[in-house]
Amino acid sequence: MSLAPETYDELREIAGRYPQARSGLLPMLHLVQSVEGRVTPEGIEACASVLGLTAAEVSGVATFYTMYKRHPVGTHHVGVCTNTLCAVMGGDEIFACLREKLEVGNDETTADGKITLEHIECNAACDYAPVVMVNWEFFDNQTPESASQLVDDLREGREVVASRGAKITSWREAERVLAGFEDGLVDEGSAAGPASVVGLELARERGWAAPGDTRGSVEVPQQMPEAVEEADTSRAESETIAEEASDD
Amino acid sequence: MTDTLTPVLTANWADDRAWTLSAYAEQGGYDALDVALGMSPEEVQTTVKDSGLRGRGGAGFPTGVKWGFLPPPDPENPKPRYLVVNADESEPGTCKDIPLMMASPHTLVEGVIISSYAIRAERAFIYVRGEVLHVIRRLRAAVREAYEAGHLGTDIHGSGYDLELVVHAGAGAYICGEETALLDSLEGRRGQPRLRPPFPAVAGLYASPTVINNAESIASVPAIVKNGADWFAGMGTEKSAGFGIFSLSGHVKKPGQYEAPLGITLRELIDLAGGVREGHELKFWTPGGSSTPLFTDEHLDVPLDFEGVQAAGSMLGTRALQIFDDSVCVVRAVLRWTEFYKHESCGKCTPCREGTWWLVQVLERLEKGDGEPGDLDLLLDQCDNILGRSFCALGDGATSPITSSIKYFRDEYLAHLEHGGCPFDARKSTAWADPVVEPVETTPEEAVAHD
Repeated sequence: MSLAPETYDELREIAGRYPQARSGLLPMLHLVQSVEGRVTPEGIEACASVLGLTAAEVSGVATFYTMYKRHPVGTHHVGVCTNTLCAVMGGDEIFACLREKLEVGNDETTADGKITLEHIECNAACDYAPVVMVNWEFFDNQTPESASQLVDDLREGREVVASRGAKITSWREAERVLAGFEDGLVDEGSAAGPASVVGLELARERGWAAPGDTRGSVEVPQQMPEAVEEADTSRAESETIAEEASDD
Repeated sequence: MTDTLTPVLTANWADDRAWTLSAYAEQGGYDALDVALGMSPEEVQTTVKDSGLRGRGGAGFPTGVKWGFLPPPDPENPKPRYLVVNADESEPGTCKDIPLMMASPHTLVEGVIISSYAIRAERAFIYVRGEVLHVIRRLRAAVREAYEAGHLGTDIHGSGYDLELVVHAGAGAYICGEETALLDSLEGRRGQPRLRPPFPAVAGLYASPTVINNAESIASVPAIVKNGADWFAGMGTEKSAGFGIFSLSGHVKKPGQYEAPLGITLRELIDLAGGVREGHELKFWTPGGSSTPLFTDEHLDVPLDFEGVQAAGSMLGTRALQIFDDSVCVVRAVLRWTEFYKHESCGKCTPCREGTWWLVQVLERLEKGDGEPGDLDLLLDQCDNILGRSFCALGDGATSPITSSIKYFRDEYLAHLEHGGCPFDARKSTAWADPVVEPVETTPEEAVAHD
């Protein structure tokens, strides 16, 4: 079955964003996945015909990148980080728990077609370890119990909201966003999770700021007078030490 | 004296709807763009050069100097120039650019516009890894808002300067963080590194002059332009100027992002983070991601700037400080990183493609207790055949955790042979093994309750 004419239009639209059309190939393959549920031979042919490439050239690209799947992906993609830090913090246990619970191996889909489970590499959220991704949305500070509940909720179709992100749609809808089509969910979720602002909050408490920045110190006196006093004292002490050192 | 922490890039992350243009503009966002457009491109370049800003993606090359490598415009053969932002943050342990782009994508977008103006590029790309859906939403919306407000497009702020910016999502390949592999990927090819020379400054994207900078480097540019080169150079150390985001993860009480002048020490940072997990001690850590040689508790007072870390035998890298306490088996940790390099090796060169497979095999049998003492020398020999002989830094990076861990923890490798397997209990390292840490729940609010 070949792709619908509308999909071809969108593939051309993606290619048209770039000075050279071939640059659109990665987002085009994301679009193919959102329409087809995987990178299909028809999808490869479509990209090839839009870009004037051979199917072999497109396949060569599609097989290089881990996010492109040649077999059908479930409604949701669940990725458990098992790179060193997350693994040590419990990612290995979470992955083992989900494998057993879902009765699948790595990169396999449950019998009901709801969940594809995969162990993934570092997803740049190490301060929230162990991390699980659902359709590439962050689920922070997971445990075997929370991850187990998460996949139950996904399978039952209950509403699931990312720790830092939007409510979960589906893997295919996520792939459409990656292809460059906005889904209107940008304003969901917070700006930052607690670990992202832990240094900022500490700086505010202690009245620390970059030179010339009064922004941080404004709120401090009402909030944490003791901390400020303490910080000032310790800073004064360290400055004294520094001065003494430079006198030498 | 500069304060211990200096939030600049992180300063607005706790603001209400910080990702929107209105919230960013309220904090003086896009003022720096006007300052820059009031200067000549050369003056902006000079400001960035004089600030001493060095690449925040790991290598630490001076950003302004890199810009200066672009050949002068040739009227005979006018080729477009490109700015490409490397937002493919994938080095294990590195987690600074992703929260930056999630919370304040406009900081990066403003940096892209100013930097493109400085190098006279009329097209720019943000290459962001594909596995971060919400970050990509935020970036795209920020770019759309910037176009609507006239910060992007034609005749920006009435200056006559034009710029087009595309957000490009990758598809899962660590190697695309290597700048020439990134360019191949952005051209719609397999992401494999290119032979240099020619360097990207001469023949980069579409064989045109191209500057590639890390997202944090570019995001630092608006503050430098607004506050001046001296302001930036006044922070940090003599050769490692300014501030950077330090990402603490693992066995500390308060993991997270700490923005500080370069030169802060891990001792200070761990102190700010509430100390190492209760009842445990620091065992080993990475100063800048898994590709930088491991440090131990001997290195707590090493100044975390480019020179200080190098002098102590490692690299500042991306300031990805992964903290492992005494419950963690170093062999298990190193094996897992090595499996990562094996998985991510692009296959272009033999030392890395074959070498990483051999490394995994030897490490696996050592971890299981099936190896022999000579395996340690075998590993070092294999590393010697990869380091400096592979096509790009991925192969070199793969050897770092192995050689450094054998240097500091040889006995622990041997203990696996004596013990007939791993002498550690992996369950004791988990986030929930610590009796002080509250068990976490599934809701976002509760998921971080152990803070």
